[in-house]
Order: sequence, then structure tokens, then C-alpha cells
Amino acid sequence: MSKVVHVKGRAVPVIGDDIDTDRIIPARYLKEITFSRMGEYPFYDERFNADGSKKDHAFNKTEFQGASILLGNVNFGCGSSREHAPQSLVRWGIRALVAESFAEIFAGNCVMLGTPAVVASKADVAALQQLARQAPETEFLVDLENLEVRAGTLTVKVNMPASRRNALIEGSWDSTSLLVANSGLVAKAAAHLPHPSGRL
Amino acid sequence: MAKGTLYNKVWDAHAIAQLPTGQTQLFIGLHLVHEVTSPQAFDMLRERGLKVAYPDRTFATMDHIVPTRSQARPFQDGEAELMMQAIERNTKEFGVNFFDFASGRQGVVHIIGPELGLTQPGMTIACGDSHTSTHGAFGTLAFGIGTSQVRDVLASQCLSMDAMKVRRVEVNGQLKTGVTAKDVALFLINRLGVKGGIGYAYEYAGQVFDEMGMEGRMTVCNMAIEGGARAGYINPDQTTFDYLKGKEHAPKAADWEQAVARWKSYASDADASYDDMVRYDASEIEPMVTWGVTPGQSVGVSEKLPNPEAIADDGEKQSALLAFRHMKLSPGQKTADIKIDVAFIGSCTNGRISDLRAAAAIAKGRKVAANVQAFVVPGSMLVRKQAMEEGLDKVFIEAGFEWREAGCSMCLAMNPDQLKGDQISASSSNRNFIGRQGSSTGRTLLMSPAMVAAAAVAGHVADVREFATH
Repeated sequence: MSKVVHVKGRAVPVIGDDIDTDRIIPARYLKEITFSRMGEYPFYDERFNADGSKKDHAFNKTEFQGASILLGNVNFGCGSSREHAPQSLVRWGIRALVAESFAEIFAGNCVMLGTPAVVASKADVAALQQLARQAPETEFLVDLENLEVRAGTLTVKVNMPASRRNALIEGSWDSTSLLVANSGLVAKAAAHLPHPSGRL
Repeated sequence: MAKGTLYNKVWDAHAIAQLPTGQTQLFIGLHLVHEVTSPQAFDMLRERGLKVAYPDRTFATMDHIVPTRSQARPFQDGEAELMMQAIERNTKEFGVNFFDFASGRQGVVHIIGPELGLTQPGMTIACGDSHTSTHGAFGTLAFGIGTSQVRDVLASQCLSMDAMKVRRVEVNGQLKTGVTAKDVALFLINRLGVKGGIGYAYEYAGQVFDEMGMEGRMTVCNMAIEGGARAGYINPDQTTFDYLKGKEHAPKAADWEQAVARWKSYASDADASYDDMVRYDASEIEPMVTWGVTPGQSVGVSEKLPNPEAIADDGEKQSALLAFRHMKLSPGQKTADIKIDVAFIGSCTNGRISDLRAAAAIAKGRKVAANVQAFVVPGSMLVRKQAMEEGLDKVFIEAGFEWREAGCSMCLAMNPDQLKGDQISASSSNRNFIGRQGSSTGRTLLMSPAMVAAAAVAGHVADVREFATH
């Protein structure tokens, strides 16, 4: 598993509060039984009209193609637990997200994919979004070691839960092997914890 | 940091180890699985050569994609049929309990867990679905997870987690006539905001919840996530125990008393401390209707739609402006004037027997308005059976509602039940997000099942308090 300490790349601003998981990926795409094509679908209904013509959305703009850092606002990813949402962003090319706040399940899902979701102040997010719009060629750096985002002349402080940061920095964000390793302890505890059979 | 709460007690009892990252390895007592968020997780187990660690704590059903008009196989939708085949294959191969149509126990995952007695106080419960918070009604710590976490629970029966903060949300006094659990849920989201619960579990307490039945409690906890709280719960009490007694999986005979004693011990202590506490008075709440594209954008049915220009926070103001554009509604408009095209009663929020009874009491002896397509989708095969024993199906059919088979239906429209174009629905479900009900221009008004029935009859949003019940 790779260590995720720095994410470098151009940034794409996705403006608006409460951008929910249905907007990130419409439910009809969840009928696919693998994640392999999710990269084709992020913000689908906000990017395309019913006849397939393009709408005005950052993910459609030439200057943001190839961007790897998403800049969001408040409560980004609220709603469903569908991992299809971060999967679609990651498979489109997003490697880190910066926002004013994230919905809890969405932020957890991002970490499970080795993708940092860091928060910054309203003013700092606005400054980063403005920079990405005005100078889309700017290289952004999300630095988990120093908890900073640097871009152009800007340096802003960012934050994320310490344990999630550790998991990314240490490369232990894929938790399955850690959890399975404690199977002896789990078996001991399981024997006396509430069981759906009503067994005591 | 909260202390002495149910949250703390259940967390501590299920904490297995501290992981090198600093997160807690939390044991999951009950893992519920459905067809949409699990196939990739089972594939990951295969890739890694892992088994399901505790199949006796793992229960699957299918709900999101099942059609509700005809459930004959193969499904007409080839993709849905493939997804069904995947869960059939996966549950068989990995030895997971599976409630399919043939079991007579299929239904929306958050309806069947409680009705089968799988959901029991003091448990940790996870499911690849955000509305897992529903099970908190029983005094459990229950929350939604993504597919990679479904993989973790399948492989180890554990999750790697950080503890949440706990906010006590008290509603005291008595609810006014016509005000239901759904209205309480929508009111709280309106007041606390759709992001207010981020980082918190909500403990719902006070007279209103003490007096509320289990199904109402499930409605409130179901919508904790709509307020940003990943989990919501109510301390277990006699109402909880009475509901569970005799349920298929509930403790039996001599085990029962012992189980009740243990369940009581999980309840928050009288002197528990909380990270935050808020209080509301029940008399402030009236039947609620959402007018926007987040569950927090709502008003009492007698109110007019708000003026977004009056919102101080720019982000919230922009959200409201977007909502008015999408909904094609106007600030200052009377809520009761909003015409509807579709009326949907069902979902994990309001697809239980008491919900159907409340809606039937309004529908009885009345007719669905000519311009409205109305349908009722019981939350499970058992709810459906119970409703038919009570004759509710006949009440609905006579009034002009369609009576369907169990499933998630138009709550999220991953099945043939979808809005067309910019149709507007009165819906007893939980989300009014843009595109949620299957059309990118479709519009959703969330309300209680009785309010949906009233709207179906009137052809527009209507105040349920103006309808005599039968």
C-alpha cells in the first residue's frame, strides 16, 4: 500500500454548499456491479443534458481536464454512503480534496481509497478556488506532512482527523489486513457481545 | 468528550484494539448487506482470498433495485437482473444469511432488521447504506459505511473508526395533533442544519421520544444522517422491549429477562455528560414540508416559502437560490398551493405498518385527485402481509392508489419507479436531492405519510389537520 504524503497537480473548483452524492453520481450508475466505469460518470447530470450536449460544469471545461485536486465548499459529499461517489472522482483523476467541510461517510470513504480529504477555512477555500479559476495552470500541492496547501503565492493551513492522516502518511489506509491480524482478539470479544440470534 | 452515554458504553464494549493509526478497531455485532453496495466488496474478498469471518452475524436482502409492480424473474432490466444474480451467488458462496422473495422476509434492509428482531439494544450495526442510522431507535450504535468498509466487516467483522462526539437533542412537551415523527425529524434538520451533525452522534431524548412508538423512533433516527449525524439513537426503554418481545430473532424464554437487564444497562446514565446539548419545545412543531433540494429546506405547512435574500450566510443563500430555480417555486408562495403530480408512500423512513395505517386513515373514503399518480410501497413482505390482513390494501386501492410489492422504490429510483421530466412528488422518503427520484429535473417534496395521502387527495400540498380521519 502506498504512502500518501503529498498530492501535486492542478485544481478544479466545484462551487456550492451541500453537493450531495446523488449529484456526484446519479443512482442509476450504481446498478453496475463493478467500479470500473465510474470514472465516466462524476456529476453526470450536471455535466450533460438529456440529449448528451454539455452543460456548464467545471468537470467539462478544457482548462480543468487532468486536474487532480478538487476544491469544494461546505458539507461536500453529503447524503448516501455510496463509495461510487469518491470512486467516480478518483477514477476521473482526483487524488485529493480540499473543502470547508465534508460529510462524515464520504470523508471516510475517501481515506479508504487512499485519497486525502482535508478541510480549510471558508476564506482560504475561496482564495484557492479563485486562484484555480483565474490561473488554472497553477500547480497545487496538498502537503499532509505540514498540513498545508501551497499554490502560487498562497499557503493555507488545512486539517484532517489525526488518525486518517496517519493512515495515509504511513500507508496503512487499506485497513483490512490490520483488522484481520487481530482475529484472535476479535474471537474472544465476539463470544460475549450481543448477537442477532439473541444468544447470550 | 461525552461520558456515561449509551454511545460511550456501546463503543467501549465493542472496542477491540487501538490500531497503529490511532483509530479504534470496533467490533460490529450485526452486519446488514444489500445488493447495491456489496458486489464489489465480495469481489475484493475473492481477490484477497478472504472469507466472511462471521456469517452468523451477516444478513443480506435485496431492496434498492427490485421492481415493485412485478417481481417475476428475470427482471426486465438486465442490469438489475445481473445485480440480483450477484447477491444470490455471493450469499451462497460465502454462506451469508439471505432474505430473498422465497423467504417471505425480503424488504428494505432497515425495515427487516428491526421487524425480525435482528436489531437489538447495545449492538453495533453497520450496513453499506447511510440510513443504517435507523437502527439507533433501539439503543444501538448504527451507521452507514462504504463498500471498502463493507469488505472490512465481511473479512474481519470490524471497522477502523474514530469515536464521534455526542449531542443530546431534547424535545419536550407534547406534539400537537397531526404532527408525526417525520415532522419532528424534518423540524430538527431544519433547526440544526444539514451539516450541523457532522462529527456527532445524536442522542434523541425528552418527553416526545419517551412517548413515541418504536416505528416513529425509527423514522427520526433514520433521518439523523440527513442532518449530517452519521448515527442517531434513543435509549432503550419498555417501549423498545415490548416491540422486540416475540420477534423471530429476539431472545426467548429464560434468556429474555437476562437480555432486558443487559439492554437496560446500556442506556445513558442520568449524570452522563455530552459534547453538546440542544432543547426544543414540541409545541413549535407543525406538519412539515420541504420546498428545496436539501432536507433542511422546509417549512411548516401553514407557512409561506422563505425569502432567500434574507439568509445571512452566502453559501446557504446560494443553496436556497439554486433550490428555487430547480423547484420552479417562488419565495413567499403559499406552501399549500404547490400542485403535485406523484404521491409516493414508502421507504426505510416511512414504509412501516404504522405509516401505512396513518396514510390509510386519510385515504379512506376519499379519492386520489385526477392529476395525481399515487402509489403505496410497503417496506417489507411482512409489512405488506400485515397491511393486507388489516384491509389497508383495499382502502388504498379504492381511493385510487396503486398497491405495490416491497422495495425501496421511488425513494432513490434505482428501479422502474421514477419521476418523469420535471414532475413533482409528495414523498414520504428521506431525500429531496436534485435527481434523487430518477429524473434530473424531477422535484421532491418530503413530508409525512399522512401528509402525502392528503396531498394525493387534494392534488396539491394540503394540511393533514384539515382532514377528518376514519
